[in-house]
Amino acid sequence: MMVTLAITSGLLLVFVLSIGAVLLFGPGVWGNNNPVGWAFEITNFVWWVGIGHAGTLISAILLLLHQHWRNAINRFAEAMTLFAVMCAGLFPALHTGRQWLDYWLIPYPNTMGMWVNFRSPLIWDVFAVTTYLTVSFMFWFVGLIPDLAAMRDKSTKHWQKVIYGILAMGWRGSAHHWHRYEMSYLLLAGLATPLVVSVHSVVSFDFAVSLLPGWHATIFPPYFVAGAIYSGFAMVITLMIPARKWYKLESFITDRHLDYMAKIMLATGLIVFYGYLCELFFAYYSGSLYEHFMMKNRILGPYWWSYWLLIFCNGLTPQLLWFKKVRTNIVLLFIISLVVNVGMWLERFVIVVTSLHRDFLPSSWDMFHPTIWDWGLYLGTIGFFVWLIYMFVRVMPMISIFEIKHLLPWRGRIIDTSADAN
Amino acid sequence: MAEFDAPEKILAAAERAKQEGYHEMDAFTPFPMEELTDALGIRHSKLSLFVLCCGLFGMLFGFFFQYWVSVIDYPLNIGGRPLNSWPQWIPVTFELTILFSAFGAVIGMIFRNGLPRPVHPVFNVDRFELATKDKFFLCIESVDPKFDKDKTRKFLESLNPDYISVVEHVHTKDPYHQDDE
Repeated sequence: MMVTLAITSGLLLVFVLSIGAVLLFGPGVWGNNNPVGWAFEITNFVWWVGIGHAGTLISAILLLLHQHWRNAINRFAEAMTLFAVMCAGLFPALHTGRQWLDYWLIPYPNTMGMWVNFRSPLIWDVFAVTTYLTVSFMFWFVGLIPDLAAMRDKSTKHWQKVIYGILAMGWRGSAHHWHRYEMSYLLLAGLATPLVVSVHSVVSFDFAVSLLPGWHATIFPPYFVAGAIYSGFAMVITLMIPARKWYKLESFITDRHLDYMAKIMLATGLIVFYGYLCELFFAYYSGSLYEHFMMKNRILGPYWWSYWLLIFCNGLTPQLLWFKKVRTNIVLLFIISLVVNVGMWLERFVIVVTSLHRDFLPSSWDMFHPTIWDWGLYLGTIGFFVWLIYMFVRVMPMISIFEIKHLLPWRGRIIDTSADAN
Repeated sequence: MAEFDAPEKILAAAERAKQEGYHEMDAFTPFPMEELTDALGIRHSKLSLFVLCCGLFGMLFGFFFQYWVSVIDYPLNIGGRPLNSWPQWIPVTFELTILFSAFGAVIGMIFRNGLPRPVHPVFNVDRFELATKDKFFLCIESVDPKFDKDKTRKFLESLNPDYISVVEHVHTKDPYHQDDE
């Protein structure tokens, strides 16, 4: 654990340095060039937003479906969503080049009498991502209120009592309050569910609304949403396996939980693989010269290795999850989840870079080579993300206390008595 | 206020109290118990209606704001395409609908519950700290028309609680504590 903490702190330093470099010298420090105007930035943006999606899915959709196994993992996954979206938002914000003017993206009546263009997918992104961040935050906070009250009542130091007390806002578990609380929480879950689908659809519109071969495809929204959930579950597994070992949570996060998550990963992985096959088919069936070339370039062009690695990571590796022996083998599952994380990153890289670097005019073709600052910012956000997770685990209950109490044996007794009465 | 150590005990106690004719009472539990809602006679909350209104407002606001910006205040003629290109406004309209509804759900819940409320009489009871842990409290308030210090105490004793405590300063009706009409 100390080793990972050291690595995380190192990456956090890299994070600060990389942001500093962009602020001081501008986006020219990155390897972006004329055809490849967006490279690592949008790849990382889409990757991080995708990772965030599993949190909302676990919290909201599984709540609505009365899947009680979610209680062991939802709090952690929600925190993960928040932090992932924070990392995601950084990339477009830094990519603007004049980061101190990023507030121009917000539609407000400025002195120039100018408005943002609501017909642009980039402004849809601003609305989608900020809404997603706000709603995820509220969902997470509402879920925390009763637990904060429990922390307030349990903490022994005065300053801890004060801080948790302020955050809990005087929650006292009144039945009247619980009644409205439950309704509010369900409503939020119901609202977050379409949001999950919409956010990544909007992100995919950034590509799909353009006319570039490789981007201009109707399959993008569903394919992106499935990919997001896929990578999100992979990240939950990646973080959950060490966390449950270090904090000895095996009785809360059981092998059954990991098994279920692996199954969801397998299902969404198959959808993603289907998406790859669709892309191939579309290119073939469209009869378009440019589509044909795009696909050929992807498979056999200078970035062939990224495409084949992608097929290996995302298409072939998760097929191992068909076997129960693999799903219940913690080490193997951890490795597969890491491979899937890499694969999902590669997917976005393939979509962004191989489509951009050779478009319609051969005279404008160029290659993209990432610089040290590209890698620095990417690895830096991973450090930032893991560091936030550490902080969260330290000060907040990482497993929902009141929801677990709800599941304890005494809950079973109530259900039994009411069943007898009926 | 009576303390119990199991959820079915407080449920039975609340039902007894209701039969006895008490109305102004509240229960404090570490986790939500849907069964108590009926036992305490809590009326259905209008929160969902409020959230619907917020969502509709967000939707109309989002759409017409974009209409006003793109058609009236800042029209951009791009190759003679129509200014009222409403399908392009759906994503932002949708996001604002969700955003306003979510704010409605959270703020509505917090304020209807009378939070934030750092000081409340029940916190004066020392053992009340356990209400967020594993104990269950039933509180009959003195504003109840049937409330009588001794009789109510006797009644609570008849329920076999673990403890009975008197909550100080509950003489006036709590202005925050109102059910949905």
